Amino acid sequence: MQFERRARPPIWLTLGAPLIAVAVALLLAGGLIALSGAPVFEAFGRIASSAFGSRLALTETLTRTTPLILTGLAAAVAFRARVWNIGAEGQFYLGAFAAVWAARGIDLPWPLLIPVLMLTGALAGVVLLVIPVILRLRSGVDEVVTTLLLNFIVLLFVSLAVEGFLRDPMAFGWPKSVPLPADARLDKLVAKSRLHTGLFIALACAVAVWALDRFSVFGLRSRAAGAAPEAAAFAGVPLGRTLVKVACLSGGLAGLAGAIEVMGVRGYLTTDLSPGFGYSGIVVAMLANLNALGVVAAALFVAAVFVGTDGMSRALEVPSYIADVTVSLSLLAMLVALFFAQWRIRR
Amino acid sequence: MSALDILFTVGLWASVLRIATPLIFGTLGALLCERVGVLNLGIEGIMTFGAMAGWLTVYSGGDLWTGLLMAALAGAVFGWLHAVLTVTLGLSQHVTGLGITLFGSSVSYYIFRLAVPVQGTPPTIEAFAPLGLGAGIPGIGPILAAQTAPTWLAIAVAVLLAWLLARTPLGLALRMTGENPHAAEAQGLDPILLRYGAVIAGSALMALGGAFLTMSAFNSFFPTMVQGRGWVCIALVVFSTWRPSRALLGAVLFALFDAYQLRLQTSFGKAVPYQLFLMLPYLLSIVALVVMSRRARVPQALMQPFRKGSR
Repeated sequence: MQFERRARPPIWLTLGAPLIAVAVALLLAGGLIALSGAPVFEAFGRIASSAFGSRLALTETLTRTTPLILTGLAAAVAFRARVWNIGAEGQFYLGAFAAVWAARGIDLPWPLLIPVLMLTGALAGVVLLVIPVILRLRSGVDEVVTTLLLNFIVLLFVSLAVEGFLRDPMAFGWPKSVPLPADARLDKLVAKSRLHTGLFIALACAVAVWALDRFSVFGLRSRAAGAAPEAAAFAGVPLGRTLVKVACLSGGLAGLAGAIEVMGVRGYLTTDLSPGFGYSGIVVAMLANLNALGVVAAALFVAAVFVGTDGMSRALEVPSYIADVTVSLSLLAMLVALFFAQWRIRR
Repeated sequence: MSALDILFTVGLWASVLRIATPLIFGTLGALLCERVGVLNLGIEGIMTFGAMAGWLTVYSGGDLWTGLLMAALAGAVFGWLHAVLTVTLGLSQHVTGLGITLFGSSVSYYIFRLAVPVQGTPPTIEAFAPLGLGAGIPGIGPILAAQTAPTWLAIAVAVLLAWLLARTPLGLALRMTGENPHAAEAQGLDPILLRYGAVIAGSALMALGGAFLTMSAFNSFFPTMVQGRGWVCIALVVFSTWRPSRALLGAVLFALFDAYQLRLQTSFGKAVPYQLFLMLPYLLSIVALVVMSRRARVPQALMQPFRKGSR
């Protein structure tokens, strides 16, 4: 089979690619649900109602959307510049750890404490990503492998912390960290739900990243560094410095996600704070075609799949792993759909 | 027992070969893919699926060798999928590989849960037993005798792959495809076909590495059991400078380190948190990457899609 590049990618196909990808993924997931013997249409109905059907469901979905927006942005800004940050999971955990750890040491009045803790979390994420990116620039070490391996190291470190120096002595042997002080908790948006003001911070970040990408020199440079590094260097783009800045932004967003999650939802650190938010962020970014505003919609979709499936699988006894299957299938389908937006089969 | 005495025990060296086996399979598989110019980050998911497919085959009544065969076939199917996406369509090898890893792992867990409902203790199979091969050799006899058939298979595959890549026309064609596919095409070779073959065969090897975990090292399957071994393999490929013989060496060295830290953990576990020991293998992989990356001779066409008639 031979392909040729389309002179002009059709708009409907570029914009419709995520919808096609999601449809294909749901179709294939439907086949797998049928394999379990559950009624497929009822299953999808229950997924939708568990994700959006009630006030509580909606707040749960939005709670889950918040970290996904931030990790999705982290992946999107990095991938635009072809910095393959697969370490958002580790940066998320280190950000959450840094926030909890810093909250023990510093004593600030209420309005200052929350921003300082968020900044600390973001900074932890920055450090964790800048090291692999510098290693790549200096020694040519593929950052994919180093960021992936760092995920395992950070998770072990968090486990060490919550069983050791950050352990909550009141938790009766359950490994969790000391709780954050009440002043460091984010306010609830809806009473009796888990939804917190972190959602607004995530949305603001999406708009800020979009504006940065669209209107700033840095945005142009980072895209150029990703699309054609040689040409960009020739045109005077400082490649190394641009990639390090991209790493700061990407790692910072992932670290911020961790800090916000721990301050908004739980109030203490455990090793199951994230059900793979870092990895799902990659799917979110790809479904959004690396567009910062698209990330919000894609994060909502992925969150809905997870929350909806939770309810469905409990009711119909379909293994809840179907959520991860659906999300990963939509990533693969999206890659293919985007390909056909740019190429066509030569006859 | 002192830290040094541990190094000279039979138990340590027997477990070194056991720990090395999945890494040997995985590293050789990833190496074969990269030698033709395709980075296969699907490895983690493919190993998981292989672990599940092999185990499930035996659990539902097949014999152990059928289980290995099913695992390899499943791996080949994933390899074919990776080849369609990265070779035919020329998609980003990074993102595609991650997609396959996410899909491979989650669909393994899903199928496993469908086949085996939640129970208190995970069900087990009768795993491969030690072969007893080479028991008569003085000194290392007990170490060799403790190994199971797949370990010997892994070593045989390493030797075979080293010979194939370095000494046969097919090996030359494969290496040429990874260095310069256009030159290979000019010689009348078909780079697309060669890449498909290598990625499919390499993925089958990865799946065998996963199957070893559930069919020899342990006798049950549980989610997240591969635990980053695939990523370690990707690092070991760089460490091996893309040579099968050094991949074998790298996997054994890595396993030695891993087995040693496990034993140190039981001796000194009270004084030092166990997580620090568990971190060491991952840290070691990163150090190996940093040290070797400067000297590595990367296949020149790695991660570059080949399209007929375009440069």
